[in-house]
Amino acid sequence: MSQPLLQVNDLKKHFPIKAGFLGGTTGYVYAVDGVSFDIAKGETLSLVGESGCGKSTVGKALLRLFPLTAGQVVLGGDRIDDMPNGTLRPLRRKMQVVFQDPFSSLNPRMRVRDILAEPIRNFGLAKDAADLEKRLEGLMDKVRLPRDAINRWPHEFSGGQRQRIGIARALAGEPDLIICDEAVSALDVSVKAQIVNLLQDLQTELGLAMLFISHDLAIVEHMTHRVAVMYLGKIVEVAPKRSLFGAPKHPYTEALLSAVPVPMPGAARERIILKGDVPSPINPPKGCRFHTRCPYAFDRCRTEEPQLRPVADALEGGHIAACHLHDRPAGENPLSGAKGAQLLAVGSA
Amino acid sequence: MALLEVENLQTHFRTPDGINRAVDGVNFHVNAGETVAIVGESGCGKSVTAMSILRLIPEPPGKIAGAIRFNGKNLLDASDKEMRAIRGNEISMIFQEPMTSLNPVLTVGRQIGETLRLHQGLSAQAAEDRAVEMLKLVGIPEPQRRVKEYPHQLSGGMRQRVMIAIALACNPKLLIADEPTTALDVTIQAQILELMRDLKHRVGAAIVLITHDLGVVAEVAERVIVMYAGRKVEEAAVGPLFRNPRHPYTQGLLGSMPKLGSSLTGEETRLAEIPGLVPSLKKKIPGCVFASRCPKVTDLCTQYAPALEEKAPGHVAACHYALREEVVAA
Ligand SMILES: Nc1ncnc2c1ncn2[C@@H]1O[C@H](COP(=O)(O)OP(=O)(O)OP(=O)(O)O)[C@@H](O)[C@H]1O
Ligand SMILES: Nc1ncnc2c1ncn2[C@@H]1O[C@H](COP(=O)(O)OP(=O)(O)OP(=O)(O)O)[C@@H](O)[C@H]1O
Ligand code: SF4
Ligand code: SF4
Ligand SMILES: [Mg+2]
Ligand SMILES: [Mg+2]
Repeated sequence: MSQPLLQVNDLKKHFPIKAGFLGGTTGYVYAVDGVSFDIAKGETLSLVGESGCGKSTVGKALLRLFPLTAGQVVLGGDRIDDMPNGTLRPLRRKMQVVFQDPFSSLNPRMRVRDILAEPIRNFGLAKDAADLEKRLEGLMDKVRLPRDAINRWPHEFSGGQRQRIGIARALAGEPDLIICDEAVSALDVSVKAQIVNLLQDLQTELGLAMLFISHDLAIVEHMTHRVAVMYLGKIVEVAPKRSLFGAPKHPYTEALLSAVPVPMPGAARERIILKGDVPSPINPPKGCRFHTRCPYAFDRCRTEEPQLRPVADALEGGHIAACHLHDRPAGENPLSGAKGAQLLAVGSA
Repeated sequence: MALLEVENLQTHFRTPDGINRAVDGVNFHVNAGETVAIVGESGCGKSVTAMSILRLIPEPPGKIAGAIRFNGKNLLDASDKEMRAIRGNEISMIFQEPMTSLNPVLTVGRQIGETLRLHQGLSAQAAEDRAVEMLKLVGIPEPQRRVKEYPHQLSGGMRQRVMIAIALACNPKLLIADEPTTALDVTIQAQILELMRDLKHRVGAAIVLITHDLGVVAEVAERVIVMYAGRKVEEAAVGPLFRNPRHPYTQGLLGSMPKLGSSLTGEETRLAEIPGLVPSLKKKIPGCVFASRCPKVTDLCTQYAPALEEKAPGHVAACHYALREEVVAA
């Protein structure tokens, strides 16, 4: 296989906790604590996991929105984690982002036209004024906004329309990689379908790679190639999608899949309810970080941290998980076999 | 009498190139203790409807007409002072975009506490204690530490839960929740929906739930209003709406829903879209608002607007060709 477009190796981001305004550092939030993954050209990797587990922090770290605590990031063959800030410009074009909260990322004093023209001008992509105009119209068409809306201000749009402006801006720079952080969550299903189809088309057309951060597992399943599941700053499972949904190999993934609401009144899945509070990222549990809430935890989990390793009975290759259960014989491993279909089965409430 | 009655609501915006009829003659009611969901395509006027109820539309360029009766009182006649006393207290709202509705320079504790001090006259200490309690309720770990943090230090889902905490702090009689769970993972989402149910049981609150997540609608709503291009095009109890949608737009909406497990059953097709664009709200539309995108459109539709009529008991739809119960039964 050729070299992946993006390689992330043991990425860490720890936020210092200050005592008061001028006080010293009293500890760290271990928001991202050693994650590794890669994304090939034209591939979508989804990042899923509990709120606060560090997904957006991974995205922001890749974009160099703040300095990394540790780790290497290689994009298109170049180390970008240690690039000085002044040389980040080409990187900014190659990697674009669509954030969760579109309004706060759109400049309220710029018309849509200028918001979209800015990256095109900055990176010198338009040949002339007519080309710029053509590109702007093309972008509006792509995200299904009426062309005449281009002279309006961000506050004149609905939430979902603003999200589409954010997507159009990300596409304007013709990136190699787009980081979508809950980019389609605020859209209605039919516009969501349009945008998802659009992103997939661009992927085939331009070989666009995507890091897709989302809580919407049905959409993730639909559009991703592989899924990485995060829990409390670490990746606990990575797999091609059919393998992940068909045969999840981490207890947290199992619980996650079982909790997705069913869009039919009166129908429901058998939910695996996780007990206990979400542990603190300042003081993560020793051993397996999930042991305080895992329904299968045993002694070893409390002392020894499980490593990400290939699992034996996955549906597809490239399926890795971090759980001690896989050291047990199949008969004593509640995660053995392909339980996905059974987990996702819908019964009446 | 219903807790909330919205009568012929019209919220229009003046723009340089014409009047934007964002909400154009919407009627609905919400009973105490009831959860009503509003669904519909992006830009169809859901948030504007919600903001109109709370009179949070900037006037000008906005203009609200019609009547919004809360406990019998028309809020459109209320003074600014009266509205301030109602907002955040009797009626509260969870806004769609948490980062823009939170104050970046105040700690989350201050922001939750502010509401309590304003409406319930709590002391600073009592307000802070209650803020910690509220953060715990919405499932934010380590509430003691978090209460002292600023919005940018929280994850997206935590910010959304802070908004929810603020909205629930005063036990409102009417909670308007605009996309309250989009940034939340499914487990936390379940917890928040439970909190809303609890508010209903404890204080008999009514909830207007605006969401694109039809799974959430199926789970918590009793009645559903479907909006399109500033109008209500269908309304029914949740069961009949999902099982037997009458309006082609609703049918399209339910049809474009991705289903979990698609990679296992091999039904991995392209997601169905409703092709085309929502019509401009600046021009008067003579016929049916959905005509430009409807697969069943005929000449009749483009000439005459269909009336919103009862197609089955409690089930209304605005479509010339939506079947009536008698016809369906025969
Ligand atoms: N600037 C910051 N300063 C201090 N802590 C931060 C900062 N940004 C994030 N954190 C903390 O890092 C952790 C991970 O946050 P992150 O935003 O990455 O979560 P997430 O997985 O994206 O969650 P969500 O699904 O809710 O968006 C959280 O505990 C958060 O409070
Ligand atoms: N301040 C404003 N000035 C002009 N037009 C506005 C203003 N606010 C909203 N609109 C318009 O009103 C219409 C309805 O917007 P609204 O925010 O209610 O949509 P929505 O149904 O909530 O959509 P979404 O699902 O995307 O949040 C949109 O066409 C929007 O452009
Ligand atoms: S290692 Fe132990 S605690 Fe961790 S997920 Fe596996 S069984 Fe659960
Ligand atoms: S009235 Fe005609 S155009 Fe409108 S929804 Fe019904 S069939 Fe479609
Ligand atoms: Mg996030
Ligand atoms: Mg809205």
